Amino acid sequence: MLEIQNLSIVFGGLKAVSDFNLIINKKEIVGLIGPNGAGKTTVFNMLTGVYTPTEGTISYLGEKIQGLKPYNITQKKIARTFQNIRLFSHLSVLDNVKVSFNYRINYSIFDSIFRTPKFRKTEAEIIDKSIELLKVFSLDGKKDELASNLPYGEQRKLEIVRALAAEPSLLLLDEPAAGMNPQETVELTKLIDWIKDKFNISILLIEHDMKLVMGICDKIAVLDYGKKIAEGTPEEIKNNPKVIEAYLGEGA
Amino acid sequence: MKNLFNKKNICIIVGVLITYGVLFGLISAKVINSYYKGIITFALINVILAVSLNLIVGFTGQLCLGHAGFMSIGAYVSAIITQKAHMPFVASILIGAVVACILAALVGYPTLKLTGDYFAITTLAFCQIIQIVIMNIDTVGGARGLTGIPTKTTFTVAFIFMVASIVIIKNIINSSQGRAMLSIRENEIAAESMGINALKYKMMAFIIAAFFAGLAGGLYAHYSGYIKPDLFDFNKSIDYLTFVVFGGMGSLSGSIISAIMLTFLPELLRGMGDFRMVIYPLALILLMIFRPEGLFGDKEISLKIFGKLIPSKKSDDREEA
Repeated sequence: MLEIQNLSIVFGGLKAVSDFNLIINKKEIVGLIGPNGAGKTTVFNMLTGVYTPTEGTISYLGEKIQGLKPYNITQKKIARTFQNIRLFSHLSVLDNVKVSFNYRINYSIFDSIFRTPKFRKTEAEIIDKSIELLKVFSLDGKKDELASNLPYGEQRKLEIVRALAAEPSLLLLDEPAAGMNPQETVELTKLIDWIKDKFNISILLIEHDMKLVMGICDKIAVLDYGKKIAEGTPEEIKNNPKVIEAYLGEGA
Repeated sequence: MKNLFNKKNICIIVGVLITYGVLFGLISAKVINSYYKGIITFALINVILAVSLNLIVGFTGQLCLGHAGFMSIGAYVSAIITQKAHMPFVASILIGAVVACILAALVGYPTLKLTGDYFAITTLAFCQIIQIVIMNIDTVGGARGLTGIPTKTTFTVAFIFMVASIVIIKNIINSSQGRAMLSIRENEIAAESMGINALKYKMMAFIIAAFFAGLAGGLYAHYSGYIKPDLFDFNKSIDYLTFVVFGGMGSLSGSIISAIMLTFLPELLRGMGDFRMVIYPLALILLMIFRPEGLFGDKEISLKIFGKLIPSKKSDDREEA
C-alpha cells in the first residue's frame, strides 16, 4: 500500500537519507529503528510532506505523494503523531480531536455564520464521533480539560486519538513510548496492536524501546547514517551482525 | 446548539435589547449629551475594530500591525461613494468593507505563506503606504482631509453593526473554521498534519478582519463627517492592538470591554490635564505586570458567572453576544 523507492534528501552538503526503500502492506506494523541521528524522523517528515525529498518516489495506494503539502497528505489518509508532543495545548481535549475533522466538513463559512441546519447537523456528528473516539481511549472523562493539563502519558494518547480522528489508513507514530515507564510501555504495545485491528490500518513506527518494537512489528527496517542497513522480521534483525554493530559498535 | 432560541440565547438577546433601550432612552431624553453620545458611538466602532483584530491576532496568532490601514480604506471608499455616487449609506460602507477585503487578500496571500514576523512587517508597511497614497491624491483632499461626508451613522446604526459583527465573529470562532484558526495559533505544523490548509485559514481570518475594519472605517467616516489620513496612522493600529492585548488575546468579551474602557478612559481623565498622559500608560503597564495575559486571558464571560453574582436576574451583558 505504501511504497518508498530510492528516497534521498540532501541538506546543504549532508545526505541525511540516501536510497531508502520500504514497502508497507495492508494491516502491517512496520518498525523503523536506528541510532540517534540516523534519519528516522527525516523519513517521517518526507512521508508527511514537511520536507520534499531530493530524489526518489513515495507512492501510496498507487498515487505519487512526494512533495505534496502536509495537509494534502493527511487528506490522502496518512496521519501522524510527533516525537515532541505537539498538541493544541490551549484547546480542550475535545477540540483537539474536533480539529481533525476539519478537512471533511461539508459546510461553508456562511453556514457557520448563520448557524444553518447543515452546520448544526455536522457539528453534532463531529462531537459524537470525537467523543466516541475519546471513549475508546478512555479519555472522554477529560474532554473539557485543556490538553496541556493532561499527564504526559495521556497527552501521548491524545495525539494518537487526534491522528485517528483524521481517519487514516496509515498511521505514523514517532516514538510513541518516549518518556513512558515500562508499565506504560507494555500498555502502549497492546494498544497499538489493538488499534491496528480495530481501525483496520497499517502502522509505521519509530521507536527506541526494543521490547515494544520486537513485540509488535511484523517487519523492521534499520537505518544508520541515512542508509538502510537491514530489513526483516524481528528475529532476523535481532541476529543481524550489521545491526548489532550499528548499535553497539564494532567488535561487540 | 440544538435550538437557536434556547435559554442562553434569549438571555443574551434580552440583555442586548435592554442595553440598547437604556442607552437610546438616555440619549433621546438628552440625559447623555451629544459629547458623550459621540464617545459612546466611537466606543461601539472601536469594539468592531478590536473584535475583528482579535480574530487575526488573538485567535489565529498572526500579528497584524495595519488594522488602521484597512479602516482608512473603508472610510475613504465609502465616503467617496456616498459623496460622489450618492449611493445609500449602508451599501457604500459595505462596498468600502469589500474593497478592504480585496486589498487584504492581495497583501495576505504572499506574506501569510511565510511564518514568522513577515506578516507583521508587511501589514505595518501597508498601513504606511495607504496613508501616504491618500495624502497624495488631491481629489480626496490629500493631507487636508475629506470634508462634507453626510453624517448618517447614528447611535442605532453603530449599535446594530457592532452586535452583528460580534455575533458573526463569535459564530466563526465556534465552528470548524474557527477551530482551524485556533489550531494554527497553537501549533501550525501540527495543524497542517491534521489536514488543515494553514494558508487558507490564515487568509480567511485576515480577510474577515479586514472586512470589519473597513466597515468600522465607513461608520467612522459617516459619523464624524470629516476624515484625514492622520486619523489612520500607525499609532491607531497600535491603539487597536492595545485593545486586544489589554482585553486578552483570544477573548471576545475581553476585547469588547477593553475597547469600551480604553475609549472612555482618556475622556474621563480629560479633567486631570496633563496627568492623563501618565495615568493611561500607567494603567497599561500595571495590567501587563499583574495580568500579562490581559484582562480575560483567553476566557469568555459566561452567563454562569453572572448567575452566581445575581441569581434569578437576567444579566445585562451584551458582551456575551
